[in-house]
Amino acid sequence: MDVYQFTLLVFFGAVSAGLIGSLTGLGGGVIIIPLLTVLLGVDLHYAIGTALVSVIATSSGSAAAYVREGITNIRMGMFLEIATTIGAVLGTVIAAFAPANLVAILFGFVLIFNGLNSLRKKAEHVQITSSKAATWLKLPSSYPTKEGPVAYGIKNVGGGFSMMSVAGILSGLLGIGSGAFKVIAMDNIMKVPFKVSTTTSNFMMGVTATASAFVYLQRGYIEPGLCMPVVIGVLIGAMLGAKILVKSNPKKLRLFFSVVILLLAINMIYNGFNHKF
Amino acid sequence: MARIKDSNIQTAIGNVLRYGVYLSLAVSLIGGIFYLKDHGSEKVASKYAHFIEKDDSFFDYLTNVFKGIGNLHGEEIVKLGIIVLIITPTIRVIFSLLGFILEKDKLYIVITLIVLLIIGISVAGGLG
Repeated sequence: MDVYQFTLLVFFGAVSAGLIGSLTGLGGGVIIIPLLTVLLGVDLHYAIGTALVSVIATSSGSAAAYVREGITNIRMGMFLEIATTIGAVLGTVIAAFAPANLVAILFGFVLIFNGLNSLRKKAEHVQITSSKAATWLKLPSSYPTKEGPVAYGIKNVGGGFSMMSVAGILSGLLGIGSGAFKVIAMDNIMKVPFKVSTTTSNFMMGVTATASAFVYLQRGYIEPGLCMPVVIGVLIGAMLGAKILVKSNPKKLRLFFSVVILLLAINMIYNGFNHKF
Repeated sequence: MARIKDSNIQTAIGNVLRYGVYLSLAVSLIGGIFYLKDHGSEKVASKYAHFIEKDDSFFDYLTNVFKGIGNLHGEEIVKLGIIVLIITPTIRVIFSLLGFILEKDKLYIVITLIVLLIIGISVAGGLG
């Protein structure tokens, strides 16, 4: 295979990763890794570096729209980025020592967890009261709806902050956006409305990934020959996915891809235990 | 008054993110064309199958990228595109900092500076 064919193959793989990522709500980064390693034989380190770069591209692209709409809670994002960036830098330290097989196994389990989590039903809840810490940090805010702005309170800042550190470590170690863990921290622990949680998670992803990307750039994880087709492909795929989602709610397609992702995850865990990475 | 300022900052942040991604895509695409023109027919073989760890400082990395761009090396132009992409969220944080300074929000000036400091540690090569 020559470079031209390889680039084209990676490009179309990335388009489907972006598409599947936006249809399942898992994000493109988490799918590009099994695609590159399991299907194209790319080393896990390069796959992680490439995924991290694509996470920055997709999250910046979509965060731009949400921020302008005023749904994103910028103060909460900024404050919790302390936790995710510290976590991300720690993640790169762990990555330097952790054996690749172990990283692949952990990745497989995170992928399965994310897949199951995306099928869970989410209810929009708005609660008005806030904890003292949240008020002191000026975290409570409001978000626009058709019926006018809805004010919400925030609780358990410490718990959310801890969970965000975990999300940051996983992001730095595995090259993913770890949006699912960020949403759990805000939605389940801090009781932030779901819409605000998802958009703020997206907003934070770029900075979190940047904190580890600078380290990975210097260690040689980020290969231009892989990143170029992947970043462009994932962005196109994500845009196509968003268009499909507006037109229909592809439940069957979603379920089908969840099964595909589950199989890829099991494959990574199996290969990890057999020391194939 | 504070509300108006908030929405101005939101617009600015949104624009930084959007144009950062556009610029990065354009640069990467140009680099990709040069890269494929020069290396398209080479064999991939197992170029990406085995990881080789490097230990460049960020500033050496930048210097090499700019040298390569002068010679129209596709890979180095793509690297510039990647750097633009990676720097975009950091510029977003700097814009947030300016916003908090305009609002005289001391607490959030400190919080934003902490985040910038951690990114600085990462630029310096991390903790390892």
